[in-house]
Amino acid sequence: MSGVLSREWLLSETPASRAHAAWVRRYRGWLQFRANGLAMVGLVTVAIMIVASLAAPLLAWQNPSAQDLAGRLAPPSFAHWLGTDELGRDIYARILYGGRVTLGMVVAVVLLVAPIGLAVGSVAGYLGGLADRVLMRVTDVFLAFPRLVLALAFVAALKPGITSAIIAIALTAWPPYARLARADTLTVRGTDFIAAVRLTGATSGRIILRHIMPLCMSSVIVRMTLDMSGIILTAAALGFLGMGAQPPMPEWGTMIASSRAFILDQWWVPTIPGIAIFVASLAFNLLGDGMRDVLDPRQR
Amino acid sequence: MLVEIRNLRIQFPTATGLSDAVRNVSLTLGQEKLGIVGESGSGKSLTARSILRLLPSNAVVTAEKLTFDNIDVLRADETALRRIRGARAGLILQDPKFSLNPVMTAGAQIAEAWRVHRGGGRRLAGQAAIDLLAQVQIRDPERVAGAYPHELSGGMGQRVMIAMMLAPDPELLIADEPTSALDASVQAEILRLIEDLVSRRGMGLILISHDLPLVSHFCDRVAVMYAGRVVEELAASDLTRARHPYTRGLLECLPTLSHRQKRLAVMQRDPSWLET
Amino acid sequence: MLASSFASVPLTLFGLTLVTFLIGRVMPIDPIIAIAGDHAPPDVIAAVREQLGLDKPLLVQFWIYLVNLAHGDLGRSVMTSHPVTEDIAQYFPATLELATTAITIAIIIGIPLGVIAAARQGSRFDHAVRVVSLAGQSVPVFVLALLCLLVFYVKLGIAPGTGQLDVAYEGLVPRVTGMLVIDSVIAGDWDSFWDALAHLAQPALVLAYFSMAYITRMTRAFMIEALSGEYIITARAKGLSATRILWRHAFGNIAVRLVTVLALAYAGLLEGAVITETVFSWPGLGLYLTVSLLNADMNAVLGATLVVGLVYLVLNLLADLLYRLLDPRVA
Repeated sequence: MSGVLSREWLLSETPASRAHAAWVRRYRGWLQFRANGLAMVGLVTVAIMIVASLAAPLLAWQNPSAQDLAGRLAPPSFAHWLGTDELGRDIYARILYGGRVTLGMVVAVVLLVAPIGLAVGSVAGYLGGLADRVLMRVTDVFLAFPRLVLALAFVAALKPGITSAIIAIALTAWPPYARLARADTLTVRGTDFIAAVRLTGATSGRIILRHIMPLCMSSVIVRMTLDMSGIILTAAALGFLGMGAQPPMPEWGTMIASSRAFILDQWWVPTIPGIAIFVASLAFNLLGDGMRDVLDPRQR
Repeated sequence: MLVEIRNLRIQFPTATGLSDAVRNVSLTLGQEKLGIVGESGSGKSLTARSILRLLPSNAVVTAEKLTFDNIDVLRADETALRRIRGARAGLILQDPKFSLNPVMTAGAQIAEAWRVHRGGGRRLAGQAAIDLLAQVQIRDPERVAGAYPHELSGGMGQRVMIAMMLAPDPELLIADEPTSALDASVQAEILRLIEDLVSRRGMGLILISHDLPLVSHFCDRVAVMYAGRVVEELAASDLTRARHPYTRGLLECLPTLSHRQKRLAVMQRDPSWLET
Repeated sequence: MLASSFASVPLTLFGLTLVTFLIGRVMPIDPIIAIAGDHAPPDVIAAVREQLGLDKPLLVQFWIYLVNLAHGDLGRSVMTSHPVTEDIAQYFPATLELATTAITIAIIIGIPLGVIAAARQGSRFDHAVRVVSLAGQSVPVFVLALLCLLVFYVKLGIAPGTGQLDVAYEGLVPRVTGMLVIDSVIAGDWDSFWDALAHLAQPALVLAYFSMAYITRMTRAFMIEALSGEYIITARAKGLSATRILWRHAFGNIAVRLVTVLALAYAGLLEGAVITETVFSWPGLGLYLTVSLLNADMNAVLGATLVVGLVYLVLNLLADLLYRLLDPRVA
């Protein structure tokens, strides 16, 4: 028997135990993912973004809020790697800290949305009947609005700002997860092993929590990753319309809004945050596509 | 000689390199009925489909000889292959639920096969389709011609398939497990229909199945495949005198009511069969 | 079942109105102050409050809201002083014009791209299509819109600036449908027509790119799935040409699902329109929405949101209906 976690062990055609089989499956999935060049690009980019955001204080050696009206709208130079914006602040630093804001928003939304969607969907799918119809009706109502429009309306009602933006986006982002979880639950609900667990006297709650939800996880994870790019775009759009993160916070969309007028001559000031948004969104899209190909090919 | 296969090898790429699905297969077919028998994964479908080059795009095919009516199929280009497919050789697949186009009516699909190879207007082709449906013993050909595949039973669907493949009047018919998805009562009917049509039109037939007695009943010769190789080839009438242990094993596994059996026989697989 | 699809509409509609109503009542900006002014005396405030019906219990307010809705009354816009319904009727056609043009372009380019990419899966063409499609999903609309304006209008000068028409042509074409391109044809004013078309081009193309990214991606995915079906092997065995197999057989199978995708894409354009109209100063519903937002004009915001939600709902319903009608398997 070859060593544990060696390449031979991970490629084995005859796993010795359930844990071994799980590892074989994971390794195979990893190999498939790794073979996908674009997905790897996405993964590496996302990793770099996360590291850069976390290490922003170390990497940005200028203060992102320090204004220098005399040196405003300066082109890229040694002192300011990406130039300065309309108030003389270092764009490079603001991009790095803006990454924190963006990624923070995305993580916050996803952490709110995925558990709620998963819960609603699996409960609706498992219990069926009235609970299902009511919950799906609620889901449909939220799905009935285009995401940005509803988010705008919410943010307008609450105070424009980063918290409102997060809540607003979350309120519009959860329905697809509920739908996904419900679809997965319906597939699993009639299986024999669920019937077996029920026979042992498990309560519905326990069945949903410990048996059904884990089975919905892979499609939810894929959806999360794919969604992240959309959330980044929506957050940036809210920022651009003045409804999201407010100045002086260095959110990429907000940065574009405040420097929009300068696109003619100092084109880099609004364009660089735009590129940042694009790269972030693209990276998550690539990563999500790659993960979907491995975990849940049926999903689109 | 309709089909000549010599030393056919079909490989597929896997995580650990190229893997053999079919190895060292040699067969010939004249104007006769050949049965290819084997279990799932024995490579019988692949072998037959390779004659028309209808394999998945990642398959690697090599052979010393792979000809249809002396046309080198292996090196032929798409245009040449399209002249063979349909017009000169037809293929019937297992389950009409999947092998018929779900959004075209049965009549339209048959008419299409007719028109592409025989020409003619839409109305002529439509009438020809109804005639063909009558030939495959469908009682209400007009209704079936206007029906969609999901509205037809398995047996009717296979008849539509047969009609469709016979429309261009080919010389060879490859039937890949044509009855495996059907009820037992319908199986014999369909096979008799195929046999009848093939004999009347003077066609060659390759019948692929996992059902040994069925194949021996309807075919002149039988080739037994195991793990991608042909382990034995013999006349159908000589089946009971088969020599290869695998064939004998298959014969012995058949449950029978004619003499007492305490326990059903189980196939003992010998790893030496994997080497040839 | 068709019946259940229809039955769910009133419920969803009710939910829609409830949500917009609740949003409206969670306001930070006191609407009373917006009307009466910051320094109004308490009795004026009380009078305004009574006038706006805000002194009544929430449930009663909701009932009044529903009744008003049934009469087509969405309240009055603080910003324009017109009834919101009038404003929406004024601005909606422009969005319709923009969205319809965009989706037409997206369909004409996007579907063939998706089909051919699927047929040549793994080829360089396929990769190029995927990259373009992916970029379309990842670029923020406003960035692309701004860049287009910068490059084509400012730097190259081949496209006109923002707005629906040049100032010179304003007011020349009588309003029939509200869509300038059509109205100018009806009026026979060809100068206005070309100007309107030129102004329509940029925002429509920007929006079209986003729609196209989605449509191409879905078409390609559907086609790849369809091409792996057994009936494709049958079609090949029949000796049919590759073009015929691709379009008549594979595409024929996905056409119905694609209709659903197209309806959803059109609905998605409503979202994209909000931003595009803002950047290009296109006088449509999206611009109305964002300007109302900035002015905290809650009636207008909610009215516009409700209408957009309604259109979205109708489109989704249409997609569902078309699917059931066209697919022979769901008859």
